Formats: sequence, structure tokens, C-alpha cells
Amino acid sequence: MNALLALLIRDMRLAVRVGGGALMGALFFLIVVVMMPFAIGPDLNLLARIGPAILWLGALLASLLALDRLFVTDHEDGSLDLLMMGRMPLELAVAAKAIAHWLTTGLPLVIISPVLGLMLNVELRAMGVVALTLAAGTPALTFIGLVGAALSVALRRGGLLLAVLVLPLTIPVLIFGVAAANAAIVGPAPFGPPFTILCALSLASLVLGPVAAAAALRHGLE
Amino acid sequence: MFSGLNFVVVGGEALVVTGRNGAGKSSLLRLIAGLVHRSAGRLELSGGDAEATLPEQAHYLGHDDALKPSLSVGENLCFWAEFLGGARAAVRPALEAVGLAPLEDLPAAYLSAGQRRRLSIARLVAVKRPIWLLDEPTSALDTQSQGRLADMMDGHLSGGGMIVAAAHGPIGLDAPREMRLGPA
Repeated sequence: MNALLALLIRDMRLAVRVGGGALMGALFFLIVVVMMPFAIGPDLNLLARIGPAILWLGALLASLLALDRLFVTDHEDGSLDLLMMGRMPLELAVAAKAIAHWLTTGLPLVIISPVLGLMLNVELRAMGVVALTLAAGTPALTFIGLVGAALSVALRRGGLLLAVLVLPLTIPVLIFGVAAANAAIVGPAPFGPPFTILCALSLASLVLGPVAAAAALRHGLE
Repeated sequence: MFSGLNFVVVGGEALVVTGRNGAGKSSLLRLIAGLVHRSAGRLELSGGDAEATLPEQAHYLGHDDALKPSLSVGENLCFWAEFLGGARAAVRPALEAVGLAPLEDLPAAYLSAGQRRRLSIARLVAVKRPIWLLDEPTSALDTQSQGRLADMMDGHLSGGGMIVAAAHGPIGLDAPREMRLGPA
């Protein structure tokens, strides 16, 4: 348990120090959302209607931004060898890294999304709902991306491959995330079913992601 | 990679693996550490902790130092001590043993190659493990640090530990057993 906590704290420290990617995702999210009204035009009704979808797309792309560095730095400086030799199962170590990554890049997206909603004329109650769906759905994005990060660890310029591998797998998360947000804002479909499916996707990826990522790492480094 | 390779290391003994570049010294150490898959052959540890596998009871000092430039010297060692199952209290004495205690709060980015090497050697002292797998342990070290490392290795061996090291030259041990890898 100590080892798990030590790894979690180390990764969060690395993310917020110089060269870490903690705020890059949030800044990228901000830029994507700010550019949307310029591209679409100042039609407030239209912006309010597609606002939740834009917020979700922005969060999806932003959460992938720093993922490719998740294992690459540890691989380059030899830390990954020691992580694999530790007494802690690699699955748990990988999960700890993913949780640290979500806390430093996913959670900031959830927190700033209501502020960004202002720029898209999304009303106050709706912004709360969008933030809630993001809080439920972004862990799934991180843990699905984790598998891609583990697969591309030994490759040069693996970031591009990562995006191509991971983005198609995140489509269900996007569909149910936006569906839940829209259901709560415009109706008439109920909010419950898509939101529970979104939670289920997060929980399933929480379990399957680390197992698959650990298997990919073991296989890739041999 | 290897065939017909057969060796035994007992407690208190050091084995130095030599050979040309590319002979497979590093690969042999990585194989013992469980980082490379064995296609055939056996690797056994008798004694030790029955609950733990061989890699879990070994220290691996590879070519890379496993340090994070943005963390301080103390934070780097603290992390590995805690992750590898050691105690935070062992960090300070380990830093003193490699002569890095005055630099505890300095980010590791500012360390020289030799100092980085010493910091990763401090890991061996901070967490007690019976098997040390050392890949070119003396690279980048000055004479004084080589002497310190030799003392550490002597202490480890006299405590019943084992060392398997890959090296080109002498690593400072008195009379280690030597095994030369090469074409049969």
C-alpha cells in the first residue's frame, strides 16, 4: 500500500513540476472551446445546443494529449524496469500511474468545464450536468488511453499511433457522455440510462485497462 | 542469445561477467532480473524469501539511473526506497554513504553523470536485498566513489549477499570469480 501511494504521489509531483503535462490538457481544452464560437459564428441558440458536445469533444482530445508520455519517460530513464521488478503487481503500479494521470489532467478538465461552458452560452444548470458527465466519463478515457500508451511505449513518435489506436475505442464514451448531457438539458429521453452506461464504461475500463496495459508492457519489453 | 551457460553463485560470493561488447553481459543480468523472457533453461534461487520471486529479491543497477530530473535528490531516493519496500528512515544514511547528503534538496537535473550514478547506487543501501545485479557499476565514478562502492560491495558480501556484475575492468572486489562470455 505504501508503494502504491509512493508511486501515486511521485507521478502527481512529476506532473505539476517543470516539464510535466498537468496544465497542458486544460490549456488545450480552453483553446479548443474558445475557437469554436469563432468557427461557428455568434449564433447563441446554436452554441447552447451544441455546447455540451463541444465540451465533450474538447475534453476527449485534451485528455489524450499527455497520455503518450505516461510510460515513455519511465521507459527511457530505466524506471520502468524497476517498476516491473517490484513486489507490487505491475497491474496495480500501472493503475496507480493512471489514477495520478487522471487526477492531474482529467480532473482539471472537469473543474474548468463549467467556466468554459459560459463561452458557449450553456446555461448554469446544464453546465453542472456536463461537468457531472465529464467527471463520470473522463476516467474511462484515461484508462482506455492507458492501454494505447503501454502498446506504444517502445516506439518512436508513438503519440500519433496512440491517438489512432485509442480514439476509435473512446467513441462509446463520447456517445453516452453527450447523450446523458443532452438528455438532462433538452430531454425528452431520461438522464438515467445513458449516465449509468457511462459510469459502467468507466468502471469496466478501470478494471480491464490496467490488466491489458500490464500485459502489453510485459510483452513489449521482452 | 546464450547456450551451454551454466553457473552457480552462493551467498557471500561475487561473480563478474566479462566479455566483448555485445557478448550478452547486460542481457544475462536482465534475464536474471526477469526483464527478458527465457526461451529455455532454468534459473533457481534456493533459500531466501519463499513468498517472493527472484527479481523481487534482487537490486538491478542498469545502464540508466532511473532518476527523475525534476525531483530532488532526496525525493528520488525516497520514492525508490518506499516503492521497493524500504523505510524512509534509511534514505538519509544511504545518501551519506554515497556522499550526496549535502545535495539532498537539489533537483536531480543538476547532478553530474557520476553523481547520478552514486544516487542510483544509494538505492542498493537504502533497501536491503540479498542479490545485487550490477551492470557496469563503476562507469562514470571517480576513484573515491569507486572505493566507496567497493566497501559497500564488501559489506554486502560479508553479510551473505550475492553480487552478479557485468564489467570490462576490475570493479574493486578482491578476488571475484570471473565468467567470460564469448563464442564457444
